[in-house]
Amino acid sequence: MARPLAGQTGVTGAIAPLEYTRRAWLRLWVGLVLAFLYAPILTLVAFSFNDSKRNIVWRGFTLKYYGQALHDEGLMQALGNSLTIAALATVFSLILGALSALALWRFRFPGKALAEGTMSLPIVVPEICMGVAMLSFFAAVGWPTDLPWPLSLSAIVIAHITFCFPFVTMVVRARLASFNREQEEAAKDLGASEWRALVDVIIPHMRPGLVAGALLAFTLSLDDFIITFFTAGPNTNTFPVKIYSMVRFSVTPEVNAISALVILLTICLTAVAMKVQGEAALSAAH
Amino acid sequence: MQSWRSARGLFAGTGLPPAAWLLAFFIIPLSLVWLMSFGENSGVAAIRLTGTWANYARALDPLYFTILLKSLWIAALTTLACLVLGFPVALAITFAQPKTRPLLLLAIMLPFWTNLLIRTYALIAVLRTKGYINLSLAWLWGLSGLAHAHPFVPLNLLYTNFAVILGLVFVNLPFMVLPLYAALDKLDRSLIEASLDLGAGHFRTLMVIVAPLAMPGIISGIIITFVPALGAYLTPDLLGGTDSQLIASVIERQFKRANDWPFGAALSFMLMYITFIAIAAQSWRGRWRGKRA
Amino acid sequence: MADSAIISVRNVSKVYSGATTPAVDDVSLDIMAGEFFVLLGPSGCGKTTLLRMIAGFELPSAGQILIDGKDMAGVPPNKRPVNMVFQSYAVFPHMSVAKNVGYGLRITGVPAADIAARVEEALALVKLDGLAARMPDQLSGGQRQRVALARSLVMRPKVLLLDEPLSALDAKLRAAMQFELAALQEKVGITFVTVTHDQDEALSMACRVAVMERGNVAQLAAPSDLYEFPANRFVADFVGSVNIFEGRLTLDEPDRAEVECPGLGKVWLNHGVTGAHGSQVWVALRPEKIYLHVPGEGRAAKAAAEDAPAGCNTARGVIKGMSYLGDITLYDIHLESGARLRVSRPNLSRHAQQAFTWEDKVSLHWRADSPVVLLS
Repeated sequence: MARPLAGQTGVTGAIAPLEYTRRAWLRLWVGLVLAFLYAPILTLVAFSFNDSKRNIVWRGFTLKYYGQALHDEGLMQALGNSLTIAALATVFSLILGALSALALWRFRFPGKALAEGTMSLPIVVPEICMGVAMLSFFAAVGWPTDLPWPLSLSAIVIAHITFCFPFVTMVVRARLASFNREQEEAAKDLGASEWRALVDVIIPHMRPGLVAGALLAFTLSLDDFIITFFTAGPNTNTFPVKIYSMVRFSVTPEVNAISALVILLTICLTAVAMKVQGEAALSAAH
Repeated sequence: MQSWRSARGLFAGTGLPPAAWLLAFFIIPLSLVWLMSFGENSGVAAIRLTGTWANYARALDPLYFTILLKSLWIAALTTLACLVLGFPVALAITFAQPKTRPLLLLAIMLPFWTNLLIRTYALIAVLRTKGYINLSLAWLWGLSGLAHAHPFVPLNLLYTNFAVILGLVFVNLPFMVLPLYAALDKLDRSLIEASLDLGAGHFRTLMVIVAPLAMPGIISGIIITFVPALGAYLTPDLLGGTDSQLIASVIERQFKRANDWPFGAALSFMLMYITFIAIAAQSWRGRWRGKRA
Repeated sequence: MADSAIISVRNVSKVYSGATTPAVDDVSLDIMAGEFFVLLGPSGCGKTTLLRMIAGFELPSAGQILIDGKDMAGVPPNKRPVNMVFQSYAVFPHMSVAKNVGYGLRITGVPAADIAARVEEALALVKLDGLAARMPDQLSGGQRQRVALARSLVMRPKVLLLDEPLSALDAKLRAAMQFELAALQEKVGITFVTVTHDQDEALSMACRVAVMERGNVAQLAAPSDLYEFPANRFVADFVGSVNIFEGRLTLDEPDRAEVECPGLGKVWLNHGVTGAHGSQVWVALRPEKIYLHVPGEGRAAKAAAEDAPAGCNTARGVIKGMSYLGDITLYDIHLESGARLRVSRPNLSRHAQQAFTWEDKVSLHWRADSPVVLLS
């Protein structure tokens, strides 16, 4: 019988000294914080069903704003663009992230500390600085702005990949840390080459990290505003920018509706992440 | 871990693509901006690199410097609020039953995974003159019977500094909770028990034993909250009024409307320097503590 | 007796949520002031849980704990007159030795000058003088333990609780610390309550030992009583090694008794046993109490006949295993009946271990006051 962790008696009744979570004041605090975090979002979703253009007082239940949102061509095109960007960014982030995680996990080399520091820079640098940098870069290089779709999204995709793949690196590296080298040595002992061992033994171990990283990259890309705002050309219609312009001018239920749909998408993605990796995926985000 | 020499092919294969990418699409663009901060506009579309410090001088001009200070101040308040609100939450997660802990973590993290724009927009509906807070207050006011004598004046919550800080706390709180939780979780619980056993109360134990030992995590949380709050664009833009202009808005204006890219570059790099100082301070502190052992 | 009990545990039980069996099951015992008391048992027997309930870190599901006559229900650990030395020592890593030891004193508001004096006194007591300014990561495990001891002792508690104090130390240090702890307790004069799974530790340090098994107290007695007069098979087997044989009680008089064991033969005791005639009992025989003889000259039978009827307290077998341990030699003997017997023999001379070897036939005997009859 393993000795229970300090503070966990699990008995109803008197509270043991370290059972902080059972104390009333702490529960109240956490409850208030959660209410603070969720109330605005929940009311947003609730009012997306409100049959009222000015959306102040509840007037009746309707789905028409969902219909309006889904039929808004500009909005749907923007959403499509952003989903495409997110998908492309995720694929390339996965590749680059997995490669760099492997390199950092496996090898000692001169200047490694510098490399690790540089790898973590995109995570730490304020987003607006990255946006500015991307804008300046593409302007200086003379990146063409009249490419056909989907190449028209290329600048945005490149920017997204750049700030997403370090997160993937972090997540995959955390997963690799738990790898037992002897598995790889066993494969080699049985005749596998360096590459073969990689494919047969290491990459399967990485898989949960890759899934978590992919979901993280996708969400970060979809969620991003400022970098997209800076790198989107005049002709490109992206979701965050479109919503921004809608939001600046009015608070309509249509925005509520599309927001509710995006929240639903987020929840589905998170549920998938949970299924594949459990809460490790969530805390790995840091 | 093996030396890179022992498998050069694999090392090159795994190390070069990301390195090349970072160089091309991160280091070079940032260097470009840095160089640009020493340049000036020549003509409508061109920028000449003249090695001038004029942009930085202008950044320190009272007009812009006050905005920078204000951004620092608001970011600091936000971080403090997140720390105060988030520490008990992290405590609650650490000492929760094993069954409840993943649920609590999920509950805190789920808003983080929701779109930033949507979250900020949700706050508009809450804070505006006809928003939920004012409506609830008006209703309570009506209930209390004071409405006859004094009509309810809605609180002007939106487009104020208060709204900006509230919004930034709303958006950044999950960022603070996770590192705090990670640090608290690693703490040896018998240290807390020993402190209690020797007569200390819970608050004293938290301040004298838990906080110092969890300090690396606390500092991590502070930096992860402070830096994004400092460079925040969207939240202050949507929730702030004309007197709540923060540094990110100013930068955006230089690039989009004022077309003064060198100046915008200088301002961006002021932000970068502050970020670097914060991180350097954190790693120096870590190294200094390690050396003392 | 109850008046001088400094700790009274009355019908205390502890059930963790989701568990089918209680961790501590209706335990009652009294710990006397000034004694060195040990809770002994295998892992999972509830000894640590009981200790933590006395300290206040776990709350009993049922029952009462009284310290110095006062009921501790609702009293948090920082208000109890006891102090604990934790298994991991829990020395605060960010404070120096002096600051660690003075921690509790600072909380109670003792003036600074007094704190310094008392800290010095405590450090001298545990033989750490001169190390006051060191940081914990500069100390060895044994030194850190002394810091934890000093930190608790400086508070002058009524009772000191120790959770597996010697388990993290290496064998030689452990042996030395056993003496030191016992000496320290005598010097300081306060009650020590220790939890351990190591029976050597328990026997050497304790005044009284409570042997626990699966949440219950199997026996509470002085070390010699535990060893020589175990109350049941669990205690007999847990404390020291023992040979246990099943048998039937065939004779039970106030001054003698006889048990018939299929494996061991007739066992004669020179004292009475409280048991029903004909009932099933167990005979426990310690390895060191059995004598080995070379067969053939009837030595075993003659020796046994000195205090038992003919044919009792004797057996024959073959040596199938031997372990030379330096001071003693252990023999694994297969008896004629098919049962196995463990015998330990002191090497009284330097050639003693050469007397017997594998496959040797031996005859054995034991004295009539050696076996212990167990009813459970």
